[in-house]
Amino acid sequence: MVRILVCVKQAIDVSQLKVDSATRRLILADAPKKISDFDKNAVEEAVHIKEKLGGEVFTVTVSPEDAKTTLREALAMGADKAYIISDPIFENSDTLATSYTLAEAVKKIGTFDIIFCGEASIDSFSAQIGPRLAERLGVPVITYARKVSLEGDAVTVERGLEDCSETVKAKMPVLITVTKEINEPRTPSYMAIMNAFKKEVVIWKAADLNITSEKVGETGSAVRVLDVLAPKVEREKIVIKGETAMEVAEKLAKALIQEGIITR
Amino acid sequence: MSKHLGVWAYSESSELLFELIGKGRELASKLQTQLTAIVLGHNVTEHAKELIGYGAHKVIVVDDPQLKEFHVETYLSALIPLSKQHKPELFLIGSTKRGKELAARLAARLSLGCVPDCLELEVDEQGRLLARRIVYGGNAIVTQVFRTEPQIVTVPRGKFEKPNYTEESKGEVVNITDIQIETPKTEVVEVKPVSMAETRIEEAEVVVGGGRGLEKKEDSKILEELAAILGGQVGYTRPLAEDRKWFTEWVGLSGHTIKPKLYIACGISGVIQHVAGIRDSNTIVAINKDPEAPIFEMADYIVIGDLYEIVPALSAALKKVLGVGKD
Repeated sequence: MVRILVCVKQAIDVSQLKVDSATRRLILADAPKKISDFDKNAVEEAVHIKEKLGGEVFTVTVSPEDAKTTLREALAMGADKAYIISDPIFENSDTLATSYTLAEAVKKIGTFDIIFCGEASIDSFSAQIGPRLAERLGVPVITYARKVSLEGDAVTVERGLEDCSETVKAKMPVLITVTKEINEPRTPSYMAIMNAFKKEVVIWKAADLNITSEKVGETGSAVRVLDVLAPKVEREKIVIKGETAMEVAEKLAKALIQEGIITR
Repeated sequence: MSKHLGVWAYSESSELLFELIGKGRELASKLQTQLTAIVLGHNVTEHAKELIGYGAHKVIVVDDPQLKEFHVETYLSALIPLSKQHKPELFLIGSTKRGKELAARLAARLSLGCVPDCLELEVDEQGRLLARRIVYGGNAIVTQVFRTEPQIVTVPRGKFEKPNYTEESKGEVVNITDIQIETPKTEVVEVKPVSMAETRIEEAEVVVGGGRGLEKKEDSKILEELAAILGGQVGYTRPLAEDRKWFTEWVGLSGHTIKPKLYIACGISGVIQHVAGIRDSNTIVAINKDPEAPIFEMADYIVIGDLYEIVPALSAALKKVLGVGKD
């Protein structure tokens, strides 16, 4: 019986994000949200382990209450129960503050053998929450996992780094962040989706965790955002045309050489 | 906050550390302070001296047999007391996967902020450090300021210039010996090196990129030929590496970030995660069958056509003008 907690983020679906080209501001208000990609791999890995060894999989998110819809997906994939930590005072929290909230939530939810996180979130991509949460909980952390196996009270994890792959062993409890390569998240069946509606979703406010505003939100954050702007795109967009591939290639080669981009 | 003084630079990758020293010197001079490089390891005195040659005013060395190989926990147990005792105002850490975890955990232990993967670092008129990074999958750049010190940032490879080495540079090497290295809770049982290209893709002046338009792994030969003619390298998108398992590395937000003089995107649609990794290229050529491919929005030269026809023709055309191959 393995007790697993998966931390998921309801992230902005960055592939559908629109930008106001005049102001270079992002149109975030009605941007669609979804479970961050790597967090789905984390849910899949947890459910896979549960199916093999038995146990329970809980998920937790710090999000607005609308995360309920998003979290149904994790429940449909096989998680047993979801916790949403939601309060206006959490707005504008950085990773220092969010990891605090998450740690307080984890302590209240219970004890776990494994806590899974995605390697990073698709929208902010900071890769900080996993390691920070582990530090706050005082458990070992293994990042960038590509393969996880359990034996007795220990986990063996293969992690993918730039120049090598490393096999790391640790005693549980342990926090593991997973990469996209670890598995292929399942598409839940219709029955699984229907079942997900019967599963419990617990919503806690800051007060339920005895969290006060000085430790979260802008006041509790160590990093403040000055602005968020779409990058300037100033590209030439010169279309090279021709009757044949060879003609196009010759024109392109000539242009690149003339502009000094390719030197003889 | 005024008690904190100095800019620090650390990376377990020495090439990246050189770049951090270069950028760190520039920031230190704007902040009217000094740049200190941190060296952790065993028998690393020569390396410490080398860093003075690259521009460090001072090098702090923790030399311990337990630090012989990088382990995030032992290295952390050295960096935490160092940071607490010497109180730098700014700490630049190399943004490798190891470095990012190290930075996040250091920040967590010291209750500090951390801005990872900075593509720009600048000191404004008020003397504040502005840290800029890509967010929303490449759709935006966020500018952040710190409210805590040391300000911890991580910097990816190839963002800033490697400084010149000068034998005559003077600096101080300080050995710290009173640090207790902790025994780690995780054990590395095996390390398998992955085969790396001879030169890192970040250093290539020309990169030919391959995307989903490639039908078979063997067809990457076409791209390799073009890259060879231009003295460049080939890079691929994440789907080719991860979904099709053809390669172990990729160019893009979660992989390598490159800024070559010339990037030739072949059969790449241009999803923002990929674009985020090539955005800073000087010139971008895009070759794609689909006239609606988003990559064309990013391109200086647009070729609407099949990479299987255009790329070999381009290789042939360039061969003719340049002579076969280029150094």
